[in-house]
Amino acid sequence: MIGQLTKTERQYALLILLGLALCGLMFGIAGNHDPLGVHGALIGVAALVGIFKVISVYYDPEPGDERLNRYYDDPTKFGIILTMIWAVFGLLIGDWVAWLLVKPDFTLDAGWASFGRLRPVHTTSVLFGFGGNALIATSYYVLQRTSRARLADQLSPWFVLLGYNLFCVLAVTGYMMGITQSKEYAEPEWYADIWLLVVWVVYFTIYLRTLARRKEPHIYVANWYYMAFILVIAILHIVNNLAVPVSFGSAKSYSLFSGVQDAMTEWWYGHNAVAFFLTAGFLGMMYYFLPVRAGRPIYSYRMSIISFWGITFFYMWAGSHHLHYTALPQWVQTLGMTFSLMLLIPSWASAGNALLTLNGAWDKVRDDATLRFMMVAAVFYGITTFEGSFLAIRPVNSLSHYTDWTVGHVHAGALGWVAMITFGSIYAIVPWLWKTERMYSPRLVEVHFWLALAGAVVYVFAMWNSGIIQGLMWRTYNESGTLAYTFVDSLIAMHPYYIARAIGGLLFLIGAIIGAYNIWMTIRTGIRDVRDSATDMPSPMLGGTTVLESGE
Amino acid sequence: MDLEHATLVRLSKSFGLFYLIALSIITVVYAYWPSNRKAFDRAAKSVLRNEDGPWR
Repeated sequence: MIGQLTKTERQYALLILLGLALCGLMFGIAGNHDPLGVHGALIGVAALVGIFKVISVYYDPEPGDERLNRYYDDPTKFGIILTMIWAVFGLLIGDWVAWLLVKPDFTLDAGWASFGRLRPVHTTSVLFGFGGNALIATSYYVLQRTSRARLADQLSPWFVLLGYNLFCVLAVTGYMMGITQSKEYAEPEWYADIWLLVVWVVYFTIYLRTLARRKEPHIYVANWYYMAFILVIAILHIVNNLAVPVSFGSAKSYSLFSGVQDAMTEWWYGHNAVAFFLTAGFLGMMYYFLPVRAGRPIYSYRMSIISFWGITFFYMWAGSHHLHYTALPQWVQTLGMTFSLMLLIPSWASAGNALLTLNGAWDKVRDDATLRFMMVAAVFYGITTFEGSFLAIRPVNSLSHYTDWTVGHVHAGALGWVAMITFGSIYAIVPWLWKTERMYSPRLVEVHFWLALAGAVVYVFAMWNSGIIQGLMWRTYNESGTLAYTFVDSLIAMHPYYIARAIGGLLFLIGAIIGAYNIWMTIRTGIRDVRDSATDMPSPMLGGTTVLESGE
Repeated sequence: MDLEHATLVRLSKSFGLFYLIALSIITVVYAYWPSNRKAFDRAAKSVLRNEDGPWR
């Protein structure tokens, strides 16, 4: 795995890990009466495992210069495996909390298993664990191919990938112990935030350093999206997490913001996390894997540039639509609403661009479930961005806000767009990385596709119904001018939809488990094939089974 | 604080509007500038070429 590191890189790796172990030790001592102590121990153990791993390869022969004739894909391979582990774990917890809403007594009488703690475990695991690992892994791959240059060094990609996963583990274990700063999608406390910042800055420098070595004069549009994702997430992360810890021995910190400023900062962060993590990053994925898999260039490269700048300019201002009818000044709400509506243009330009790329290749979409994953992702992207603009309109929001409609909207985006484009890209990249001709079982890809689509549709329809019923019940008045339904009435009305949602989630989870099995078997057969053949196998053609013909 | 708020509102309602319009125009002009066409077409096709390793 890390055998390709040079001697100097192995030494630096040891140095970094020793520093990390020291940090863990300090937190363990300073926080011995605080949950922080547990995290100190966890950091220390993680660093020790890393030290043992590096020592075990320390005296192995150094890699020769011929490695520079190849792309460096080891971190990508490991990242794809981590992506699937987080996917299964995150979806499992997601379905668990869905059943928890069906049957609230299901908490096992344990603090860690309460809804309030498990829900952020789910969101962090799927967004940051599954989505983040997929973005990091694919970005290394795409960056090298589109720049026609090898990653600038071999240590920093590992630092980013493993450091990022340490952050995710700290976050998830922290929630179960009750460590949270109560900011949605930014729950981890100050020490985890500082660690993520270090990791993220290194991630950005990998991008810049590799781009500086590029042999291709034009920077392909996928890299613009990946870079916007990295850069803006850094800005958002720093500003939203400005806080002062109670002491260096305590996990608790207090935010620099309060009241409506806090709410605005949080939703500026929150909506731009949707924009630059869940949209820009995955659009980067789409702009590379969809054309390559289809064997056709993107329909309009110009449109991709316009939508890129549209998305980066407009999204920045949309966050205040999360705070309609609050203490936030009316004009700021209107600003957020207006920009959310304008966002429909670049969003549909991207979705349209993807679908028009496939226009003329529908036979491939019909035959190839991998490409179909990407096509459905583009459709869901179009649906979700339309719905998002619609929900941001203030009077519509008065019906939808605080209801399950929002939950349905988020999952249309997360299951339909983010997860589908990721699974499509992973099914494309796995045979390329492990140099097999195709996935272990194309049939299982097909099964995964239909389970995922059915799960997403069941989920979204259940939440649309539940949300609109909820919203209407909350605003129905009787003749005497008081509310016609109690809150509990609306809860009882939602019960059947909660069961449907949990079943939809279960279908999606089963699909992901089948996907993980299929990927694992592909990797195993790939490794066996390479061992069996004395010579290196040539890289399979890009585009899987489809080969670009002259004149196409 | 009142003054600061009013200043911010004035800025966003004037400069904020015009700089975004200016940026939009620059983007569209850049994307549709005739001489850029060749570079963009080339870029769109560049991902479809299959190479085993980096160019050195």
